Amino acid sequence: MKIHIKNGRLIDPKNHLDRKADLFIAAGKVVSIGDPPQGFNASHEIDANGLVVCPGLVDLSARLREPGYEYRATLESEMEAAIAGGITSLACPPDTDPPLDEPGLVEMLKYRARSLNQAHVFPVGALTQGLLGENLTEMAELRDAGCVAFSHAEKPLDNALVMMRAMQYASTFDLPVWLRAQDASLSKIGVAHEGEVATRLGLPGIPTCAETIALSKILRLAEETGARVHICRISSSEGVEIIRQAKKQGLPVTCDVSANHIHLSDRDIGFFDSNCHLIPPLRSLRDRDALKRGLKDGTIDAVCSDHTPVDDDAKLLPFAEAEAGATGLELLLPLTLKWAEESNVPLTDALSRVTSRPADVLGIESGILSPGAVADLCIFAPDTYWKIEPKSLKSQGKNTPFLGLEMKGRVRYTLVGGHIVYEATPS
Amino acid sequence: MQRQLNKNGELQHLLTIEGLSAAMLHHILDTAESFVGVTEREVKKVPLLRGKAIFNLFFEPSTRTRTTFEIAAKRLSADVINLNISASSQSKGETLLDTVNNLSAMHADMFIVRHAQSGAAHLIANHVAPEIHVINAGDGRHAHPTQALLDMYTIRHFKRDFHELKVAIIGDIMHSRVARSQIHALTTLGVPEVRVIAPKTLLPKGVEHLGVHPYHDMAKGLKDVDVLLMLRLQNERMQGALLPSAQEYFKYYGLTPEKLALAKPDAIVMHPGPMNRGIEIDSAVADGPQSVILPQVTFGIAVRMAVMSILAGS
Repeated sequence: MKIHIKNGRLIDPKNHLDRKADLFIAAGKVVSIGDPPQGFNASHEIDANGLVVCPGLVDLSARLREPGYEYRATLESEMEAAIAGGITSLACPPDTDPPLDEPGLVEMLKYRARSLNQAHVFPVGALTQGLLGENLTEMAELRDAGCVAFSHAEKPLDNALVMMRAMQYASTFDLPVWLRAQDASLSKIGVAHEGEVATRLGLPGIPTCAETIALSKILRLAEETGARVHICRISSSEGVEIIRQAKKQGLPVTCDVSANHIHLSDRDIGFFDSNCHLIPPLRSLRDRDALKRGLKDGTIDAVCSDHTPVDDDAKLLPFAEAEAGATGLELLLPLTLKWAEESNVPLTDALSRVTSRPADVLGIESGILSPGAVADLCIFAPDTYWKIEPKSLKSQGKNTPFLGLEMKGRVRYTLVGGHIVYEATPS
Repeated sequence: MQRQLNKNGELQHLLTIEGLSAAMLHHILDTAESFVGVTEREVKKVPLLRGKAIFNLFFEPSTRTRTTFEIAAKRLSADVINLNISASSQSKGETLLDTVNNLSAMHADMFIVRHAQSGAAHLIANHVAPEIHVINAGDGRHAHPTQALLDMYTIRHFKRDFHELKVAIIGDIMHSRVARSQIHALTTLGVPEVRVIAPKTLLPKGVEHLGVHPYHDMAKGLKDVDVLLMLRLQNERMQGALLPSAQEYFKYYGLTPEKLALAKPDAIVMHPGPMNRGIEIDSAVADGPQSVILPQVTFGIAVRMAVMSILAGS
């Protein structure tokens, strides 16, 4: 199919491009920007007047709940949600049931995802067998099956020797290791940021040092082993500062933050709103502001949705017993735009945090609009408001702290490999 | 979202002291005062809640609190149904809200809820039909508002005015729903100085933001204090890394006559019960002239009658 996208505002962060121009697609690739290639005969035209045309979003953490948790969500429902959110590539963490620790499971997931012909799915493999923190997985085999990185998801990995060996082994094959920094013993019973709010509500706390201690350990081991490390979902001001210093010293470390955490703090828990029960916990306003600044100055490389669909029954429980997590695929773009507007970040720069930079973390050829690049695109109306409510979300998970709020930025079209996989129904 | 007050600003549920006005607290205490007379009469009953069904919904074992609620409800002529849920449906896998919905279908008028998780009473209050009232009888570490109200009643009874008092709360503040509710009540009623005294392992982070002054030394903390609110130290806190031993705790934080002598001579000593004699309090103090622990229990019934009648009337 040959597609002509006309009159749009083209934003391509990697090429520092932000101008009104037409874009031409043929054979699944971007073939030209500005003027049509000779003899180009569009079979389909998209009028993008008033819309932004940018690379498809790249999400570093989206739980699709397969295999094992199909009652929460299925690949079908969540892939629909992804493209409705303008996401064309996503990484899914290994904490499925069973965990992604065998090539067969990874191949099955890749196969299921491919057959849906929507967003590209990049499985993140389990770092240890069963995510139990004892024995390494067959990382090279898993890579051959399609894993792009290895992580321990939310499962504790406190044994420093196992962590060091895992990093050494991963770096043997130049495989990136993704870790969330949280000391297990300091966070074991906690469900909220240890501070004023948790004290007032009588909720067991997770101290900031649970993050900083784990972070220091991870970074020292990365230095020791030469592993490429990516820190998932940083949550504290002190944590951001540690990453900032590590980057200054030239350590090859990258880092992401969840879209929820750049907007919310523990105060949003109010009186036990279980939609605000998240991992990592929402921390103080000071932490939230530090996350925003860290994202602006580039210390934090990417914003991810940390999409975690949870069924209603698992949320309608007292705060501590309610399952953690929020739906996020369809909120990644509006929450990123909201941050950009509030923090005075130019749109090009802001979009790099959900396109080119996470693509670099994943090591994939995406998040760019140069001629020859795969035509993964997101076309959105930057100033259109929409209300976050259960019926406006395609995801099977309707749980989000932003329920009932109006958000700016609505996806109109999503293209994957030159095909229009999503077109918003006119409202 | 907190839904304690209805559109007219009346008390719909009692979930926490936080956010209630001083006028509301005094209204409850004044109402309780009118019920103290009832409990001293030969016929200890008034017909205020006749025909109402009150469910004691205890997801956590309790004898004292459940009994005082039961007595209070019966003195108001209500029908009381006691449910010890930990032994029935929860073990069969029924969710908290399923249990509540089933009981609502039996036309309950009021739920009195105790649960091991902070926020359980809020969750129930947010999901019951609008005509049903919820009283929090203790949720996790969060709140125990009727206990705090009966403590305030006792303080007002013996000290008259809140505005000149120094009050110390002593013991396991970290895990205590009683302490949190007491702090909100005392600061709302205008007590100028509220102290909390405990080793650092038993003080939650940022407790000073609740408007209290933390102390770690009994000698300093008790100086010139008018009211001592002792807390129960759960036995399980004696293990692990919170405290080394009951003996050391008693030596440094147990209330003995010598330590009590550091407070004002007319200071009163209170305790929510049940007491651990020889751990947080010496028998000589518990049974001594400054102890008002038994009057607390008596006032507790009047305070719970007051809360129930106010809710039923809203």
